Amino acid sequence: MTLKLGILYDRAKWEEKALKREAERRGLKVSMLNILNSVMQVSDGNEFQEDVYIQRSLSFFKGLYSTAILEHHGKTVINSYKTSVTCGNKLLTTLALVKHGVPTPKTFVAFSEEAALKAVEALGYPAILKPIHGSWGRLVAILNDPSSAKAIVESRAYLHPIHKVFYIQEFVKRPPRDIRSFVVGDRVIAAIYRVAPKGEWRTNTTIGGRVEVCPITDELEDLSLKAAEAVGGGVLGVDIMEGGNGLIVHEVNHVPGFANTARVVKQNIPGLIVEYARELAKR
Amino acid sequence: MGKVVECPECLAQFEVPDDVIVGEIVECPDCGAELEVYEVGENGVKVRVATVEEEDWGE
Repeated sequence: MTLKLGILYDRAKWEEKALKREAERRGLKVSMLNILNSVMQVSDGNEFQEDVYIQRSLSFFKGLYSTAILEHHGKTVINSYKTSVTCGNKLLTTLALVKHGVPTPKTFVAFSEEAALKAVEALGYPAILKPIHGSWGRLVAILNDPSSAKAIVESRAYLHPIHKVFYIQEFVKRPPRDIRSFVVGDRVIAAIYRVAPKGEWRTNTTIGGRVEVCPITDELEDLSLKAAEAVGGGVLGVDIMEGGNGLIVHEVNHVPGFANTARVVKQNIPGLIVEYARELAKR
Repeated sequence: MGKVVECPECLAQFEVPDDVIVGEIVECPDCGAELEVYEVGENGVKVRVATVEEEDWGE
């Protein structure tokens, strides 16, 4: 019987079209499901006909809740709600990593401007302030000294209340690059360095970070798999820094972009994701 | 033969690929505007100026 795969998306980027192409090449029947055009019945699951789904929504909340509805109706979604809710929240990610003994930067959380400044003093300068939700380096700020810390922390008062949950992290001394490794199920399939653009300390490729192939060492493989397991497993992009005392995981991404990576690595990333979906559907 | 669309910014007419799907971004070759395909059907392909980035977008 032909396996039916649903690809959930809001914006059709290179990744989503590549997944479709690779699935069709493998004989799967693919439905491209634009969640912006969907009305999802919550009380009746009969409208969902596919065997397995890959969630690719760029919007965190829309992706999370469409996954929740599908799982409620007994469908397998890559990634699961549990993995998605953990990865989409930096605090829950840190808690999961710490619980599983994965090295991660020292982190404080504070719920007022005053407490946030105390946390920065305790961590020392520079420190990093990050929103609990958010991607691509948006609103991630480096707090270099007491006056900039005060100004940046105060500016959060004018944003959505979630930005007054202050997630503050030690600044890990690292080369001007970090590592993104790709975990698919129980394998690390590829890894890249993301090199910070000139005049920028953040390495996100969306703000100009350059991509280079990174060898998958035993340490990198072991740590990536441990981090993936900590957040619930699936298809994940693990962000790793090269600290003075070894590798440190700072984030795990549950809808990893891979267009830039696919350009430099030999592995067929969309093909391997589709094969993983096929395996899960058979279980 | 591709499908012809009109850029809402500069009114240039240009072709998009046959396999274009809803949600895809196409760039107007004349003015460079990023356009989102929002309908593909019997009435042809429809595009509108794409959202730049929303607050909860990411990985």
